[in-house]
Amino acid sequence: MSLLIGAVTIGLILALLALGIFISFRIFNFADITAEGSLTLGASISASMIVAGFNPLLATLVALAGGFIAGALTGIIHTKFEINGLLSGILVMTALYSINLHVMGKSNVPLMSESTVITYFEDLAKWLMPGTETMSLFGNSIPAKDIIILASVFVIVSIFGVILYVFFKSNFGTAMRATGNNQQMIRAQGVNTKSMIILGLAVSNALIALSGAVLAQFQGFADVQMGIGMLVWGLASVIIGEALISDKSLGFLITGAIFGSVIFRLLVAVALRIGMNPNDLKLITALFVFIALVLPKILKKNKMKSMEIK
Amino acid sequence: MIEIQNLNKTFNPGTVNEVKALCDINCTIEEGSFVVLLGTNGSGKSTLLNAVAGNFLPDSGKIMLDTIDITRMPEHKRAKYIGRVFQNPFSGTAPDMSIAENITLAAKRGMHRSLGWALPKTAIEEFREKVRPLNMGLEDRLDSAIGKLSGGQRQALTLLMATWLKPKLLLLDEHTAALDPKTANKVIQLTKEVVEKEKLTTMMVTHSMQQAVNLGDRILMLHNGRIVFEFNGQEKHRLKSNDLLALFDQIRRKDQIDAATADMIGQLYI
Ligand SMILES: Nc1ncnc2c1ncn2[C@@H]1O[C@H](COP(=O)(O)OP(=O)(O)OP(=O)(O)O)[C@@H](O)[C@H]1O
Ligand SMILES: [Mg+2]
Repeated sequence: MSLLIGAVTIGLILALLALGIFISFRIFNFADITAEGSLTLGASISASMIVAGFNPLLATLVALAGGFIAGALTGIIHTKFEINGLLSGILVMTALYSINLHVMGKSNVPLMSESTVITYFEDLAKWLMPGTETMSLFGNSIPAKDIIILASVFVIVSIFGVILYVFFKSNFGTAMRATGNNQQMIRAQGVNTKSMIILGLAVSNALIALSGAVLAQFQGFADVQMGIGMLVWGLASVIIGEALISDKSLGFLITGAIFGSVIFRLLVAVALRIGMNPNDLKLITALFVFIALVLPKILKKNKMKSMEIK
Repeated sequence: MIEIQNLNKTFNPGTVNEVKALCDINCTIEEGSFVVLLGTNGSGKSTLLNAVAGNFLPDSGKIMLDTIDITRMPEHKRAKYIGRVFQNPFSGTAPDMSIAENITLAAKRGMHRSLGWALPKTAIEEFREKVRPLNMGLEDRLDSAIGKLSGGQRQALTLLMATWLKPKLLLLDEHTAALDPKTANKVIQLTKEVVEKEKLTTMMVTHSMQQAVNLGDRILMLHNGRIVFEFNGQEKHRLKSNDLLALFDQIRRKDQIDAATADMIGQLYI
């Protein structure tokens, strides 16, 4: 049960990643691989700052800003220098690998004995329920602090979800969505599509870096490798979220991405529990996303064929 | 008013694909004038409209809109002054967004876009009232994705969107070419109404002689990137489709003669 709580918490932390990928993949229609670098960037900035004695909240905010800059760079390379979006992402991701090593000074920074944002949540648990060490959930006894950490992360992710929703429903956000949908149209309406793309990717990677920062603090270390495969991971979450809902409106898509991330993490936890080799994890994730991308096309084709026969 | 002076544009200069799409275009379009652009395929009509809209920068020349020099202004900045309807019904709208969202984007053309709610209830009511006169039943479907509509419905909406805020200049590039004759007539009717009502300065490209004869107060005929014929005022009003067809024939014959002479010269000297 405790394992399950942990899996849900990580799923929620990675929901911030899923929201970032939702912006690049679904709003701007391209898989922005900067994500893999900016997730690690968020982790390495926050971990190094915390170890250096900075306030963990400040460290997390700086991590978020770092992701923002990384995403903006990809956007600038893509729009101002007219380099293909995927390639722009690859360039920034590759550069970030070195930057992350410089930020951390080594390939791994442990945070076990440090006070982090997660410590704040633990303090919150002590303050809310003084003296209570464990709680019972469905007949299992669970450390109370785990529940409070889960709840706190849930609240934070929800807040970001709501902010994104309100943003994309605003005049400005609507213009940003239109930029991803039809650039010619929105340019004719007076919108600078280049700035929109730069800003959109910046926001996307800011969320992803935040996800990395919180993840590092939760798991107790930052590692230069931790971003690898995260783009596909985020895509899987977004796709699961879309499969869960029938309504494709913005609010549902954002909610779907959040819950998609949690469900995907739970599926992985269960698969590992019943004996899946952890080395196969990324292979299976990639296969899953491949199938999820191809399946709708095959179904459509079959539908057309059966209509032709009729 | 729009003033175009010595406008030139060559695509792919210095390569085998070099095309002189615009050669020394000069014309002044008065405030409230409705100009019809004619010409064979590839004569440069779309290129002229695109140059005015800012899709690309010209090689030389000047474009003035009222007293504003827009020659080097980026496309999204000019959009403040220019309303556009494209030939392709897919170009002028964001397909996955709702009718209401598309309209709200157009209702702020060239204006500051705030973080305020894009679709307040009061706006929806206003949209409904303005969409109703199209007589397409769209006022009850403001929430549906615009991509689900027919080409004619999309063009009618794009026209409405382009003129939502009165533009200094309306650009129409064969905006009925992709529609069936009945829908095309309807969109032309709507075009005529809005241009007359708002007294819009308009440049319209068409291949329909009927539209050219019935609409506007001026005709410019392009060929190989140059304005080759021009009809204004009374002269334009007396013009019949047959006169225009005769002109096209004349151009075609001249081209053939040119090609034949080029051949002859080639045989003589090479
Ligand atoms: N972006 C471009 N790159 C290269 N050549 C171009 C470009 N745009 C237009 N051209 C060329 O410029 C010439 C004029 O094209 P344009 O589209 O203006 O013709 P048009 O008069 O609109 O023709 P149509 O009636 O077929 O629409 C053509 O030879 C075309 O191939
Ligand atoms: Mg054309």
